[in-house]
Amino acid sequence: MQNQTVIKLADLGKAPPFELSDAERDQITEEMHHYPDPRAASIGALKIVQKHRGWVPDAAIPVVARLIGSDGADLEGVATFYSLIFRQPVGRHVITVCDSISCHLTGYDELRDALQARLGISLGQTTDDQRFTLLPICCLGACDRGPTMMIDEDLHGDVTPEQLDRILGSYT
Amino acid sequence: MSARKRTLDTHPLTYCIDAARGPLDLKDYEAVGGYAGLRKAIRELTPLDVQAQVKQANLRGRGGAGFPTGIKWGLVPMGDAHDGGPKYVVCNADEMEPGTFKDRLLMEQAPHLMVESMIASGYAVGASTGYIFLRGEYIESARNLNKALAQARAAGLLGDNILGSGWSYDCFVHTGAGRYICGEETALINSLEGRRANPRAKPPFPAISGVWGRPTVVNNVETLCNVPAIVLNGGEWFRGLSQGKSKDGGTKLYGCSGRANTPGCWELPFGTTSREILEVHAGGMRGGKKLKAWLPGGASTDFLLPEHLDLPMDFDTISKAGSRMGTGLITVVAEDQSMVSAVRNLEEFFSRESCGWCTPCRDGLPWSVRILKAIERGEGRPGDIEKLMRLTRDLGPGRTFCAHAPGAMEPLQSAIKFFRSEFESGIRASASAVTA
Repeated sequence: MQNQTVIKLADLGKAPPFELSDAERDQITEEMHHYPDPRAASIGALKIVQKHRGWVPDAAIPVVARLIGSDGADLEGVATFYSLIFRQPVGRHVITVCDSISCHLTGYDELRDALQARLGISLGQTTDDQRFTLLPICCLGACDRGPTMMIDEDLHGDVTPEQLDRILGSYT
Repeated sequence: MSARKRTLDTHPLTYCIDAARGPLDLKDYEAVGGYAGLRKAIRELTPLDVQAQVKQANLRGRGGAGFPTGIKWGLVPMGDAHDGGPKYVVCNADEMEPGTFKDRLLMEQAPHLMVESMIASGYAVGASTGYIFLRGEYIESARNLNKALAQARAAGLLGDNILGSGWSYDCFVHTGAGRYICGEETALINSLEGRRANPRAKPPFPAISGVWGRPTVVNNVETLCNVPAIVLNGGEWFRGLSQGKSKDGGTKLYGCSGRANTPGCWELPFGTTSREILEVHAGGMRGGKKLKAWLPGGASTDFLLPEHLDLPMDFDTISKAGSRMGTGLITVVAEDQSMVSAVRNLEEFFSRESCGWCTPCRDGLPWSVRILKAIERGEGRPGDIEKLMRLTRDLGPGRTFCAHAPGAMEPLQSAIKFFRSEFESGIRASASAVTA
């Protein structure tokens, strides 16, 4: 569901209601030093904001763009292109389940169905308690352990539907 | 891995790997022969000498295309042809080809080999900076590579005046945020610059005008990881590693996934047969099922049949059989699995991952998915198979901006070629039946 944003005329031209924290600013600045053109830190900067906030709100775009010497429209184009930059709030934990060929051949359908049933949501949705977001992802490069999924930064391989209660239970 | 002891002289890619133990740190890596190739390159060889060894080795790109690395490097302006500005080495570590899980092994378990390779390759082309373009999901790879880079920097193997040579070079890990198309080398360059990962027109080739318009070599992880041993032992030695199984030299990280008993990834002589990979190393098909079809090296390679299992897995042989070796990690389909479903899965992947830059790919791939889904439900219409065949031509080589859609058409055309009856059984007898 899209929230409607009301823009008051009196607010136009004022500073955007978004500020980077000192930690975000420091990490982005550090990232910029790896490149002769700081714009190369575009994706890195968006990932840093996402790491701190869980997602990248619209209001972050012009602020980050100014810091890295890009412009808002360009950075918006980048932010919407890459599938792992989230432009809507996600749950506290993001489950990405591999739906590529090796996992398809080793039990992706059963794993996806079990995840959807267990969480009561479909791919692309977030549970009502904001605990989990469920997303498909292309090949995780662990095909010898299919079917696979990641939860946040952890890779889980050879996952069977029976293991889901135990695995999900460790993400609160 | 094989029971035989792996050494730098026999297994240049995995000699320092023991997954149960974990990656070696700098000191222990040096103790088994690590950084000896780099030291030899910098102390005894000129950059052009290193290039000559790589040419003599006939090292071919392990990312899937098999392009000779020495020729790619040879396009980079050197000496008087070089304007003195920065040059770059970019490692394509965006491993996202479905069915491929070899570069992860090298980066997680042999991070110092990757770092040594980045430095040695940087030396060979006179680069100023290297970037490892790593897919964002490879968390442990990023952690281990950054640790190895920090150790190398502290030891003076990266930074100013490396080993007293007067040559300065640094290297960074650049992590991505999804999108398979980033693995296309010019799209990768756009992504590295902080842009959308749309491919660029070639020419100019990256070796002349790549990142920020500067000379750039882009090579796959496994390709680069061969360089230190080639420098140390020479191109002739490398050619001999394939033990006469192929006219191409070296070893290869082969692998197997799908319904095999013991899926995995192994360093074997170049030109090993897929029968050996499947039956000896992967323990054969699970549950005693028969093999129905297999992809030689990723989603963008044509299916082959059991009768092709005895062919040596090398670029030229697999091409002659009507497919491509690709990444060399085979994916096996069992006799009771549906080819229509498998191809629908592959085309859904390609459709979702199209960057949308050119029309045939952006519109043609979702069209193929719609038809395949209908056939999978048993609701295909007469003429659908012909439509799919037409798509394999209209999205084929030369019709699109990059190789994404032509790659997508390879498994589709070969599945129809070998298993047409499976597609036909998903077609309703007549159009009127659809509304019945």
